[in-house]
Amino acid sequence: MAYVIIGNAAAAISAVESIRKIDTKKPIILISDEPYHTYSRPLISYYLGDKVTEDTMRYRGENFYKKHNVTTYFGKKVVEIICDKKQVRLEDDTFISYDKLLIATGSKPFVPPMKGLTGKENIHTFLKLEDAVELKQKVKKDMRVVIVGAGLIGLKAAEGLHKLCDDITVVELADSVLSTILDRKAADIVQKHITQEGIKFIFNTTISEIEGETKVEKLTLQDGRVIPCDLLVVAIGVRPNVDIAQTAGIDVNRGIVVDDSMQTNIADIYAAGDVTESLDVASDTRRVLALWPNAYRQGEVAGCSMAGGDAIFDSAFAMNAIGFFGLPMITAGLVNVDETQAEQYEVQLVYDEEEKWIKKFIIKQNQLKGFILISKVDRAGIYTSLIKEGIDIRQLDRALTSDAFGLIAFSKELRAEKMLKGGRI
Amino acid sequence: MSLNFNVPEFMVERNEDRCIQCEVCVRQCANEVHTYDEEDNKVYADETNCVNCHRCVLMCPTRALSIKKHSLEFRENANWTASAMNEIYKQAQTGGILLSGMGNPKPYPIYWDRMLLNASQVTNPSIDPLREPMETKVILGRKPEKVTFDEDGNMTTKMPPQIELSTPILFSAMSFGSISKNAHASLARAARETGTLYNTGEGGLNKEFYEFGKNTIVQVASGRFGVHKEYLNAGAAIEIKIGQGAKPGIGGHLPGEKVGEEVSATRMIPEGSDAISPAPHHDIYSIEDLRQLIYSLKEATDYKKPVFVKIAAVHNAPAIASGIARAGADVIVMDGYRGGTGAAPTRVRDNVGIPIELALAAVDQRLREEGIRNEVSLLVAGSVRNSADVVKAVALGADAVYIGSAAVIAMGCHMCQKCYTGKCNWGIATQREDLVKRLNPEIVSTRLANLIRAWTHEIKEMLGGMGINAIDSLRGNRLMLRGIGLSEKELEILGINHAGE
Amino acid sequence: MKRVYANETYCVGCKLCEIHCAVAHSESKDIIKAYKKEKIKPMPRIVVEDDMPISFALQCRHCEDAPCIKACITGAMQKGEQTGIVTNEENRCVGCWTCILVCPFGAIVRNEQGKKVAAKCDLCAEIEDTPACVKNCPNEALKYEEEGE
Ligand SMILES: Cc1cc2nc3c(=O)[nH]c(=O)nc-3n(C[C@H](O)[C@H](O)[C@H](O)COP(=O)(O)OP(=O)(O)OC[C@H]3O[C@@H](n4cnc5c(N)ncnc54)[C@H](O)[C@@H]3O)c2cc1C
Ligand code: SF4
Repeated sequence: MAYVIIGNAAAAISAVESIRKIDTKKPIILISDEPYHTYSRPLISYYLGDKVTEDTMRYRGENFYKKHNVTTYFGKKVVEIICDKKQVRLEDDTFISYDKLLIATGSKPFVPPMKGLTGKENIHTFLKLEDAVELKQKVKKDMRVVIVGAGLIGLKAAEGLHKLCDDITVVELADSVLSTILDRKAADIVQKHITQEGIKFIFNTTISEIEGETKVEKLTLQDGRVIPCDLLVVAIGVRPNVDIAQTAGIDVNRGIVVDDSMQTNIADIYAAGDVTESLDVASDTRRVLALWPNAYRQGEVAGCSMAGGDAIFDSAFAMNAIGFFGLPMITAGLVNVDETQAEQYEVQLVYDEEEKWIKKFIIKQNQLKGFILISKVDRAGIYTSLIKEGIDIRQLDRALTSDAFGLIAFSKELRAEKMLKGGRI
Repeated sequence: MSLNFNVPEFMVERNEDRCIQCEVCVRQCANEVHTYDEEDNKVYADETNCVNCHRCVLMCPTRALSIKKHSLEFRENANWTASAMNEIYKQAQTGGILLSGMGNPKPYPIYWDRMLLNASQVTNPSIDPLREPMETKVILGRKPEKVTFDEDGNMTTKMPPQIELSTPILFSAMSFGSISKNAHASLARAARETGTLYNTGEGGLNKEFYEFGKNTIVQVASGRFGVHKEYLNAGAAIEIKIGQGAKPGIGGHLPGEKVGEEVSATRMIPEGSDAISPAPHHDIYSIEDLRQLIYSLKEATDYKKPVFVKIAAVHNAPAIASGIARAGADVIVMDGYRGGTGAAPTRVRDNVGIPIELALAAVDQRLREEGIRNEVSLLVAGSVRNSADVVKAVALGADAVYIGSAAVIAMGCHMCQKCYTGKCNWGIATQREDLVKRLNPEIVSTRLANLIRAWTHEIKEMLGGMGINAIDSLRGNRLMLRGIGLSEKELEILGINHAGE
Repeated sequence: MKRVYANETYCVGCKLCEIHCAVAHSESKDIIKAYKKEKIKPMPRIVVEDDMPISFALQCRHCEDAPCIKACITGAMQKGEQTGIVTNEENRCVGCWTCILVCPFGAIVRNEQGKKVAAKCDLCAEIEDTPACVKNCPNEALKYEEEGE
């Protein structure tokens, strides 16, 4: 009997590492429908921009699977989980038995129904290495590229494609970029910066019809405008890849529902990564946190639980470190307070639009709940730790907004405890 | 504002080929001599406030800095020297007395350097201290006239309180307040490590230091700061300070700015208030009064602690010393005119008192003549600079020596003489927290202990060379000294022959 | 494992540790050449935080359970199996700053001269047996020792 893992990214790989810390013997079987050695998904835009190669995108060393004694099935899709027999079935009807199963199937692109969507070339999503490889082959310098969605993936695609073609337009239904991780002011700065690089934006609308024979030719927008288009990238969002779980009778809400040891409602079946939903402590809601570090930590806990250890996955909140055209930004937790709740929160904000920087902190009952940093991102992890540890910020004797914010703001005792112990955090 | 006539004493030389604009000098100079100019990406120096303490020179990671005497010349004049004129400019500007730190720097004769030691040849073989025992142990305190034993050979004489030191070198009084807590801690640790004593000075004793009691001399000065029964009993000995070599006849003044929380607590005075030690003890106007104080202190400590009395070496030192011995002191301490200080009026420092060498010879002689030399130990201070000075002092009659300046130099002092400004860049004579933390007692106590060990080794070598195997056998043995280039009168006072005699 | 421990009581805030760290991670390893000639400005991986009289030096704690390694999206951030030293393989690093987002000590710095990479303390493992910061601290405010010594 074996550990069986479906998936081959952050959650899957960390589960392997975590299992092997406890159990060096029992076979691990890893199945992925992608035909590649584990690679870093977030790097696919860098791949487009020629900043990494297939080689340097590898998330772990070449001998990773061998070293961890993992049998791999690459390019094989799991189509069914048969819970009562403790088996999974592959597309080619191979059955593989598991002792413990991990579902780390991640996300899939969300493509809403659009008129004229089917039967056309040059419509892409941007989630897998394959997508990037294809895009790179197809894109020509003089093509007019339209990207739907000004979220993380859409803008990353824009950045990646920027080197390969001159005419890129991003269409976004909301009125600003990155609306999930930035507030309006920050979004304006980022948008201005990206615009300066030559990317065009169309806000407050989306595609109502895709026109063309076999290829995309032009797009009609909801506001009636018609824009020419030779290549369309749909990056509206991702959804947890829950199909096989759902049919197996596993509890699925927004994502797969798991307990704090990452077990699903069915015994011996675990889930981790983008496919799950977790409690976001910043907003106190259960949601899917489709983030690499989150996936890694969940995979780690799942692996440990599967191997009989007792780890728990406690607090999670959204956090992002990302940059576009050299403008870095780091955000975590709550980034926007809606007006109805404004009274409960204190917001500290300093910024300089010209210099393109912002520091914004959202505080509730003397605890930091979230922040946005643009440009001035150094030492952001100290803020992250304030959120995570729920430290009472009245203990700090330096303003959060100060450029010299650091461990010096902590009391000597707290600092000594952190630093002198070294490494124990 | 009128024109300020004061000119910088020093020049900072920066080798631009080596300066990497790291700004270590900027951060380390408490006198704010160095500044970084971002626009020019250059470090500049305004030398007006440079005291030549070498902090920047030694900290500079590329050795780009050097400090020179300022090249500005005054018209040559053997009488109106630059320093004489500058002092007048300063006083004309401020109307105040001039202050200085550390000891008298004037080129008066240094008698240590006019005396030479003897060595054995043929008839009285020298001793190799590496192969044969060599005693540097010293016992301080009154030695009884004679000792008696009972039939079983047990001593029946009641011994007065005494202290045993493993070497004839002690750290002299430097108060917590004039020097930093870390400097104090370094002295205490080094004293314990090397089996000798350090001295609290007149600032009282922080409770943290009580653990060093066996190696502590607690001082009682005219201000009586921090003096209470527990304090008196906390050390191994008590020292009554009458005077100090750097400023005989003058009291002390610790400015309120230096009286922070801890200094205030140990001195038992309000925070921020000036700590003023009166020139005289207001209860001592005669030898009889002194005797009363000595016995009050003995009473308070159950007659278990020897009492030292410290005076500055002045003209009639021998008569005073005799009086002190008769007043019941166990140890007489004499501080010569080169003795260091945290702050003294420059004129007093440079012009009052006499050389310790002469005072020592005269006092030792006088006490012998009066037949009371055994009733007291003689401790001398006031610029003992090396182990040869120690050996010469012992040969002139001292039981042991105090080192103050040598100790602070070992700690990092560069004799900039600005102790009184409270901005000691080496963390010694300052209470400014950012400067105090520059002195790490772990490092500095080792440096001090190293110094004591090194000197003790050298003392052994010199003793061995003279064919003597115990420091006690050298005490007052002036035959081991010869004068060089000294007048008849000087030789007479020192009680030594001239070289060649 | 041996780590660098700062004793803030005796940190004098001179920042010599920063300077020598930068030199140890420079091309020439020669202080004057590094600062005056090299195109890539020397960059310390240790930071001195100061507000005198408080000052202390801080560098990567080489966490046992290092958040930066878990968060690293490329796999560039790794822990030496034998040594426990957390290092960033700079040719795989793309400078996304996720490690900066999660390092609770603020111990990772951005090196944006040339290819963007996260720069951090490697305990000078490849150069010396004692890290440059410790070796050059003028007041022994940095010690390189096993935990709890
Ligand atoms: C362009 C882009 C940029 C990003 N940038 C960042 C960033 O900067 N920072 C950040 O934190 N996050 C970023 N993310 C998000 C991050 O990539 C994800 O959070 C992370 O990949 C989640 O890891 P995972 O292991 O949960 O799942 P995934 O990475 O989604 O991996 C799931 C794997 O399972 C396979 N699989 C799915 N179903 C089956 C099945 N039935 N049978 C077999 N195999 C199956 C999939 O093909 C895939 O290989 C980015 C994502 C993209 C697309
Ligand atoms: S960089 Fe930060 S998170 Fe990573 S090991 Fe060092 S201290 Fe820990």
